[in-house]
Amino acid sequence: MEAAVKTTKHNKFEGKANHLATPLLRTERMPHIWCPGCGIGTSVNCFAAAIEKSKIPTDKLVVVSGIGCTGRVAGYTRLDSFHTTHGRAIPFATGLALANPDLNVVVYSGDGDLSAIGGNHLIHAARRNVNLTVICVNNFIYGMTGGQVGPTTPERARASTAPYGSYEQAFNLPKLVETCGAVYVARWTTAHVRQLARAMGEAMKKKGFSFVEVISPCPTLYARLNRLGDGLDMMKFFRDNSETRNQAPTYELDIALQGKIVVGKFVDRDAPTYLQKMNAHLSNVLGERFTRWGEPTSDGEEAY
Amino acid sequence: MLQSADAKGVLAGEHYLDGDWACAEGALAAGCRFVAGYPITPSTEVVERFSRRIPTVGGVFIQMEDEIASSICLQGAVWAGYKAMTVTSGPGFSLMMEHIGLAVMTEAPCVFVNVQRGGPSTGLPTQPGQADVMQARWGSHGDYELIAVSPNSPQEAFDLTILAFNLAEEYRVPAVVLLDECVGHMFEKVVIPKPENIEIFARRYTQQPKDGYKPYEVEFDGWIPGMVKAGEGYNFHITGLTHDEKGYPAMNAQTQEVLVRRLVDKIRLNADKIVRYDEIQLEDAEVVVIAYGITSRVAHAAVAAARAKGVKVGMLRPLVIWPFPETRVRELAQRVKGFLVVELNYGQIFFEVERIVAGQAQVRLLGHGGGTVHEPEAVLDEILRVAGA
Repeated sequence: MEAAVKTTKHNKFEGKANHLATPLLRTERMPHIWCPGCGIGTSVNCFAAAIEKSKIPTDKLVVVSGIGCTGRVAGYTRLDSFHTTHGRAIPFATGLALANPDLNVVVYSGDGDLSAIGGNHLIHAARRNVNLTVICVNNFIYGMTGGQVGPTTPERARASTAPYGSYEQAFNLPKLVETCGAVYVARWTTAHVRQLARAMGEAMKKKGFSFVEVISPCPTLYARLNRLGDGLDMMKFFRDNSETRNQAPTYELDIALQGKIVVGKFVDRDAPTYLQKMNAHLSNVLGERFTRWGEPTSDGEEAY
Repeated sequence: MLQSADAKGVLAGEHYLDGDWACAEGALAAGCRFVAGYPITPSTEVVERFSRRIPTVGGVFIQMEDEIASSICLQGAVWAGYKAMTVTSGPGFSLMMEHIGLAVMTEAPCVFVNVQRGGPSTGLPTQPGQADVMQARWGSHGDYELIAVSPNSPQEAFDLTILAFNLAEEYRVPAVVLLDECVGHMFEKVVIPKPENIEIFARRYTQQPKDGYKPYEVEFDGWIPGMVKAGEGYNFHITGLTHDEKGYPAMNAQTQEVLVRRLVDKIRLNADKIVRYDEIQLEDAEVVVIAYGITSRVAHAAVAAARAKGVKVGMLRPLVIWPFPETRVRELAQRVKGFLVVELNYGQIFFEVERIVAGQAQVRLLGHGGGTVHEPEAVLDEILRVAGA
């Protein structure tokens, strides 16, 4: 700590320039659009840490986002990055990942984008076990459009289109994607930066459909509409009310309004990816006539 | 940038194919190695053929969960460096509209096939229509131009699918193959040339250095930025938002003006180079029939019948229907008595012709709701009416 202070003493920007996230960011696009206290920036820090610590080759790393606050992540990461249409980051990413299996494709988007308008694509990409990492920043609300209710809004929570509180059942996203076939499922809050970075790194290294849910504060809308204080208050709440339970059954992961948040790594299993299955099956059926696509023969195919 | 076709995809020889199969063969010959589709009558035979052929050629067919997914999945494949296509019919085409806009805005060269059936809504799934012509042109929100082709035989379904891929690459736009149910399901002889006799427009990649690379800096023909593919270290950004040369969002009126004007003008100002049309007996014609797709074959019979009666009639048949052969229609309008537009809708290309002719000659419509084709006799009657005979 002391050493860090010393290095920043002569130039107040020096510490920032040396921040581990800097090489990952399009710094010329700063300042970003996220509100003070928002958790998306924290998640991007964790993403940078994950890339650094897990030594993910960045030339082959691609970020695909949909629309919304989290949808802007693609635009700020100094990687090949695509800001697509609302809800459709996953099918776009599917096209990238299947066409060039050497790419490491990360879908980075919000809960509304991925599980409401994009819900159909989420379940089918998990079912197919496409080699994707989905990072879902869940702030329980639509941020960019002004705090509307969404499929992750807990019952009783208020939103601008649920002014008397929501009365719909919310999605339990880890349970949903596990049921559909995801091979890696974790959830952490933005108060768990080390665990979150580790989970992101594991997910990016995992072959197949990986899903990391990031519970994140939205002070401007969710916290204000529900009188939960500011971003810091929400972070304190996450810290004090999270329960780490690795391998917890995903049916126990529902999140109630200001209720306990179970975090951890819930699923980590091996299953052949879409392309591994395609190559194995078609070479069985067609033999010599089949032209392999991408994946090397040795990579997990025999297990299938 | 023209080169001969990759022999792996070319099934050279004489075949007996329907239009849908010929379209699939055209895509393979054009170098398409990625198709994302969703079943819908009467287009399904295109993806059935492609899914049977592609494992031996080398590539991917994926049946997506819906047409929305298909129409963006193929764009992921484009940015991975492949030529890609999706295939659908009316209701699916409606679902794809947002992603036609994305392909226009991001300048992703790709092909959308719409085997038209009767509409609106579920309409006539197994029967023909030509009522999606304006939807192809205007269906996505915002201002844009794209390229669309209209084959009238299985042979043309093969040839014009290749043309669609080539024009998509040359102008970096989505190109639409507007088949109709009749042409899609009609079996005829299709001659597939040897690969060395098929011209392919190869993707034009950027010549800029990686450092400071600008994805939307114009590099070719004064209009077209160079392509790039993911995973090569360019660290580029692509967005559907209004963007500057760097590809970064810049949501202001000046950037909008520069970007959207270029997107529109790269097609509009090159329309005379892009258009393709067939002319039949127009040299001395006083009446010009304008028809496309299956309707042009009915109309051709009526033109022959009218000629036999001594009527000076000819036919202009757009092969590229967007952009429309505006210059040629305007020239003809100076000297002919009238135009007769025959189409399986209640007036779509008719309005385009009326706009171009601008009162200089008579323009009549012989519309039809679809479900079948016009009777040649009905077309003949209208030709005689326009001729004043």
